[in-house]
Amino acid sequence: MAIQKDNLKCTIAGIESINPFWLASAPPTDKYTNVVRAFEAGWGGVVWKTLGEDPAVVNVSSRYGIHKNRNHIVGMNNIELISDRPLQTNLDEIIRVRKEWPDRVIIGSMMAVIEERAWKELAVKIADSGVHGIELNLGCPHGMCERGMGSAIGQVPEMVEKVTRWVKDVVDIPVFTKLTPNITNILWSAEAAMKGGCDAVALINTVNSITSVDLDLMAPTPTVDGKGTHGGYCGTAVKPIALNMVAEIKRNTDTKDLKISAIGGIETWKDAAEFIALGAHGLQVCTAAMLYGFRIVDDMIAGLSNWMEEKGYQSIEDFRGMAIPNTVDWNALNMNFDTKAKIDQDSCIECGRCHIACEDTSHQAIEFNVADDGKRTFTVIDDECVGCNLCMHICPVPDCIEMVEVDNGLEYMNWSNNPLNPLNN
Amino acid sequence: MALEPCNPVTGRPLTTNQLKQNFTDLHKPLNFQQALEESDRCLYCYDAPCIQACPTSIDIPTFIHQIRSDNTSGAALTILSENIMGGTCARVCPTEVLCEQVCVLNVSHQQPVEIGLLQRHAVDTLISNTNKHPFKRADSTGKTVAVIGAGPAGLSCAHRLAMLGNDVVVYEAKEKSGGLNEYGLAEYKMVDNFAQKEIDFLLQIGGISIKNNQKLGVSISLSTLQEKYDAVFIGVGLGTTYRLGLDKEESQGISDAVDFIETIRQTKDKSQIQVGNDVVVIGAGNTAIDAAVQAKKLGTENVTLVYRRGEQHMSATDYEIELARKNGIVIKTWLTPSKIIADEHIAQIECTKTELINDKLTETVFKETIKCDMLLKAIGQTLNDSDLVDLEIEKSKIVVDNYQTSIQGVYAGGDAIKSGEDLTVQAVEDGKQAAIAIDKHLRGEL
Repeated sequence: MAIQKDNLKCTIAGIESINPFWLASAPPTDKYTNVVRAFEAGWGGVVWKTLGEDPAVVNVSSRYGIHKNRNHIVGMNNIELISDRPLQTNLDEIIRVRKEWPDRVIIGSMMAVIEERAWKELAVKIADSGVHGIELNLGCPHGMCERGMGSAIGQVPEMVEKVTRWVKDVVDIPVFTKLTPNITNILWSAEAAMKGGCDAVALINTVNSITSVDLDLMAPTPTVDGKGTHGGYCGTAVKPIALNMVAEIKRNTDTKDLKISAIGGIETWKDAAEFIALGAHGLQVCTAAMLYGFRIVDDMIAGLSNWMEEKGYQSIEDFRGMAIPNTVDWNALNMNFDTKAKIDQDSCIECGRCHIACEDTSHQAIEFNVADDGKRTFTVIDDECVGCNLCMHICPVPDCIEMVEVDNGLEYMNWSNNPLNPLNN
Repeated sequence: MALEPCNPVTGRPLTTNQLKQNFTDLHKPLNFQQALEESDRCLYCYDAPCIQACPTSIDIPTFIHQIRSDNTSGAALTILSENIMGGTCARVCPTEVLCEQVCVLNVSHQQPVEIGLLQRHAVDTLISNTNKHPFKRADSTGKTVAVIGAGPAGLSCAHRLAMLGNDVVVYEAKEKSGGLNEYGLAEYKMVDNFAQKEIDFLLQIGGISIKNNQKLGVSISLSTLQEKYDAVFIGVGLGTTYRLGLDKEESQGISDAVDFIETIRQTKDKSQIQVGNDVVVIGAGNTAIDAAVQAKKLGTENVTLVYRRGEQHMSATDYEIELARKNGIVIKTWLTPSKIIADEHIAQIECTKTELINDKLTETVFKETIKCDMLLKAIGQTLNDSDLVDLEIEKSKIVVDNYQTSIQGVYAGGDAIKSGEDLTVQAVEDGKQAAIAIDKHLRGEL
């Protein structure tokens, strides 16, 4: 069981949590047993698997698709629907866990058809079970959306606003509006949620996807009796998408004060720190727990806390959003800033990966020589190197290739003040 | 004097089961998961050093990438297109001094990629899962080539010639084909009759017929083959073993290590093999190790390897030397046999200590006598040139120019010529390159 750290205590939309790590609404938070195991492992809170009106939905077999890079799972999708157990069973269990684990957060996730009555009645029932807050599932991209729920609502800003307002009208606990990434501009739905009066937005929900095609069955995976469907993509592969959407909301004048419960590919404390640096107040995790078990929270807590101590941050608030001022539009980047790749010949293992990447796909800036004794040498041709840094990323040896700043004597200049910009003529 | 293998602990003969256990695969093959994980370690180097280190120039990073992408048959094809005996080479190549030695992972003090095991995984998967030969023959040239010797060089040559559209007749002195693959390698490197399986696979290409029990100088001669065929390839290996040059060398209990290894390979029931309890092996190459380790595995109590120079001079690889030590073999260096003590049967071998004086190996006055009821000589082999008198031969190797001997239309390869090291993989490369040269010659392109 994880040792809790004082410096990780935080408040998310007015809800106090012993740490920022919550489990997202998903199979891991489906019932009493799982949630208790999660709390025993040290998770600060859970968002209970989405509840709907009875009768409960029916789930299919199988439910998950895997995206592997070589032997590592980088992403996963699922076609599971919301809770397939009766509403009262879930509510009774929530009441029980709330009583047994008073210091842990439980958020009730919910979805309903686009009717005011349905949202209000369900929200009140869930609030009455004693949850700390309610999360509106407006993001599920499979199954539920085909019934007019989930992302079918989340993709229409007017509906996002309306549903948020309906629920805010009837409950006096914080309301989290969960956003779908399957849209063109996250700001439209974030602004709608804000107008509807949400206390926080939670994002991202899963990304619409087909993870793979079974080439024997000639059907997308997972297959259900020979057929497959698109599902919700999650796991480390979606982290870059989620980071950007969180940053978009935090950089936007109208939405920058929105509280954010960040979700999307968080697997380690570093991922968590990155989301916080872009302004997230709390974090939700699902796939990493599904792949490795609840124990992964151990390292998230210890890692984040240790790093904060090293950096001298007393609390999450001390560094929250610190990367936002440095997150700018391309137009604001210094076009005169110059770097060149530098290969440390002592640590180079002569694999040639930098050379072939640069030679075939970049700027032919890495020279390859073989000495008489067979020693292979790779050298950067400074005049050809544009500082793209592809070689640095490809190099399998840590710190072997570094990008070194070059003093070219040029002043700061971005696109806005560049003479090539047509707007400057 | 009855010699039979016995358990060194109990003194009783080893049971059939113990013997079976002792002769199982030295390197367990990788399973699918292990192969995936090991392939994942490969950095997919560009113009990789391992390719350069392979005498047959197998595109190693590509075949490993193919294993990783679940294209195992493609991986096998990448290997076999350069080295048709990739299965044997994966088992017996001294990879630690070839491809794996130059793996860039060594530079960062990591274990090199297990290239040999990955190669075996790919080739074995293909050979055991398909009845369809992966290579097609080119349109017939109408030419027929004679190949002397069905060892790695001869068979590699035959396969490439057939692939290029020629017919081939292979003449093999022994009852079975395969040469050293069948007769000259330790059993634990070539389990489950792999040599024959590989030949069956290789012959599937068609156009090759093998005539066994056809010994050069007895049932065939170079001149008659020259007359009968459009070209001849000689891949006879090294048929003569060196002698110690000591008195009583013909005593009972003294034999060539290669013969001992052959007996082990050809005897299914290992309990029938005669072996001493105090075996001394003279020599320092991989053949010496193969003989010594197998003697131990048969149940010999004391196996001593005697070498006239230091361990750093041994031609056996470090891995093989370590294998010998792990099997309880005593390695005595700076020692050379000087006197055989025997009535009818050898009883002892007297050795003389040696030293290097001004870089010259010199015998000292000090002697050491080792109890010995079986002496195995592994001091090297040389070309048996008695039936190749018409060919130019230099330092016991057939002289070749791009694999053609001093006689036009007669080619040679393998251990019989001086190419690279005397290794199976070099023989396969020789056979392949000679076939390409022969084919060009027959097409009038050379």
